[in-house]
Amino acid sequence: MSTFKKTTLALALAGAALASTAQANEVEVLHWWTSGGEARAANVLKDLMESEGYGWQDFAVAGGGGETAMTVLKSRAMSGNPPSAAQIKGPEIQEWGELGLLGDLNGVADAEGWDELLPEVVADIMRYDGQYVAVPVNVHRVNWLWANPEVLEAAGVEMPTTLDELFEAGEAIREAGFVPLAHGGQAWQDATVFESVLLGGQGSEFYQQALVDLDPEALGGEQMIDALEDFKRTRELMDEGMPGRDWNIATVMVIEGVAGFQLMGDWAKGEFTAAGLTAGEDYLCAAAPGTEDAFTFNIDSLAMFRVTDDEELEAQQALARLVLEPTFQEAFNLAKGSIPARPDLDMSEFDSCAQQSLADFQRTAEEGGLVPSMAHGMAVRADVQGAIFDVVTNYFNDADMPAEEAAERMVSAAEAASF
Amino acid sequence: MRDSLPMKNTSATPLGAGAKRSTPSGGLQAWLPRLVLAPSVAISLFFVYGFMLWTFVLSLTSSRMLPSYDFVGFGQYSRLMANERWWVASTNLMIFGVLFVVICLAIGSLLAILLDQKIRQEGALRTIYLYPMALSFIVTGVVWKWLLNPQLGIQAMVQSWGFESFRFDWITDPDMAIYTLVIAAVWQASGFVMALFLAGLRGIDDSIVKAAQLDGASLPRIYWRVVMPCLRPVVFSAVMILAHIAIKSFDLVVALTGGGPGYATDLPATFMYAHAFTRAQIGLGSASAMLMLGGVLAILIPYLYSELRSRKHG
Repeated sequence: MSTFKKTTLALALAGAALASTAQANEVEVLHWWTSGGEARAANVLKDLMESEGYGWQDFAVAGGGGETAMTVLKSRAMSGNPPSAAQIKGPEIQEWGELGLLGDLNGVADAEGWDELLPEVVADIMRYDGQYVAVPVNVHRVNWLWANPEVLEAAGVEMPTTLDELFEAGEAIREAGFVPLAHGGQAWQDATVFESVLLGGQGSEFYQQALVDLDPEALGGEQMIDALEDFKRTRELMDEGMPGRDWNIATVMVIEGVAGFQLMGDWAKGEFTAAGLTAGEDYLCAAAPGTEDAFTFNIDSLAMFRVTDDEELEAQQALARLVLEPTFQEAFNLAKGSIPARPDLDMSEFDSCAQQSLADFQRTAEEGGLVPSMAHGMAVRADVQGAIFDVVTNYFNDADMPAEEAAERMVSAAEAASF
Repeated sequence: MRDSLPMKNTSATPLGAGAKRSTPSGGLQAWLPRLVLAPSVAISLFFVYGFMLWTFVLSLTSSRMLPSYDFVGFGQYSRLMANERWWVASTNLMIFGVLFVVICLAIGSLLAILLDQKIRQEGALRTIYLYPMALSFIVTGVVWKWLLNPQLGIQAMVQSWGFESFRFDWITDPDMAIYTLVIAAVWQASGFVMALFLAGLRGIDDSIVKAAQLDGASLPRIYWRVVMPCLRPVVFSAVMILAHIAIKSFDLVVALTGGGPGYATDLPATFMYAHAFTRAQIGLGSASAMLMLGGVLAILIPYLYSELRSRKHG
């Protein structure tokens, strides 16, 4: 309880302290791109804005995967003084839209032809009530399998393309004396593995029904039980030192050749790059087993708040336009390890993993299989996501819970979370 | 629990009472203390009691991401009662709270009695036992996380000595993980309890002990039947302080287990934080905060009652 009060107090103070309004002709952008590469990437946008004669007021809030930033944003919004733009993603955009706080980007979108430029699934997330309210910054792919080629060689296995192959390869790696699958026992990492396994075993159509549409029959059905059982089997591939381990520590296990594989989104690439490794040679990337025809995306976006001042509005519209322009898309995504949100860019600067990612992005956008990531808040609202996390992580860690029971709980989680 | 402190400070104003008696002319002096205290009273009224009230109001609404005033009665409370994770958190608090308080008292009093035997280097030993209290729970949590990690800590060490079959992997076991919290918290707080008891022991009149010795009582018997009953107020304060620490525990869980494995080590405080701030369920979070407040009051009211009663008699 005291924590609650402390946070409320912090909220009130932050609201008061930060209540400096953006001047005309200037945008104030709240984001949490604060780590080295990300901060450089954000600076590109600032320079672009300034070269067009607009001001940029940086409002970076570090920490907690954006949790702190969202807390500050809420306090600003409550005090009636939101920034011009904020890093908000997925269904949360809809929640802010419902509150009537977001502005209208249809003008820019029409002029720039966003409807043609963006895949339909992505454009849907950026729209509230038929009008554009946000602009996508980048696309992360979540269903990746990372591997250390030396470990694979020592165990005499290839990159697996199906779940069965993954389990077989895992056995061989274990016998060769390595940890088959590096993992950190945190709820979101459990959920990341779960959604990749579910996608690999049951396909993107089922994924869409169960984890995006929350269809109770899919959530409680046979396929879900199969998916949960596959998921539990991956636990046998993990080491017992995993509780509470951070994802990047797990990545380091792959880098150092302690572990063979890791199932993680493409932000893991940042760790490989930082260690001076080259994609395709020193480390391998492939779609998570069984998911080469699917793409779970995690898209960062900037949502625009409603502004009244004409000059600020102009600057805000310019910001929206610049975010999708090739210059920024390329510079930002090279720094962040993700791929551009518009599929028509020249990708020669990017590494082989990113190129494959973009090719798959385009292909799945056309042929189907492009689905939002549940584990990363793109598919369902925060409360439902949290309830599903509870079921997934509890089932994964409880040796005695049968998959049938977990599936039942999954159904009630989807129901009970919404009020 | 923190709320009670400003209250106590303001209610006990011996300064003001003294000033009035000693200087009859000092109208200002009589008012000065109240004037000086007024801002802090006003601030604590607003920020503590005002927000408490606001939390209660929010717990009756359907607030999600931002506070709203769409009242749904006690709907959030019934949702909370139907939430399995809340029950896990509450049960965990019971297990953690009881074990933490009892073990801390046992170890603390034992250490105090041993230190009280007029041994050499008592000061140094006392400092060593008291030092964990100087660490924040975050540090304790991280250190114990490493110690308890089966591949880094105690298990790995003992296995490397040749005891291959040795297992100590409670932190990975959902049924046992809650006890790792107890271990870390006891390590941190029992030195403090020892200091409390030691202070109490030093306050006991030597002649009572001597009288008991003359009557032929053995040392354990003296401690159990004579000294401990004298220390009742110390036990009482220790229990109160430890109970508060237990209910407030948040940082320890975050650092040590992150609520895991699964949510096996969730406590009401981490439950509340997760729901109010990361899961956009401010209404449900507020309801759980109110229930926690109820739990705190259930401990605090008997404490205040007995405090006030003993003051009246004294």
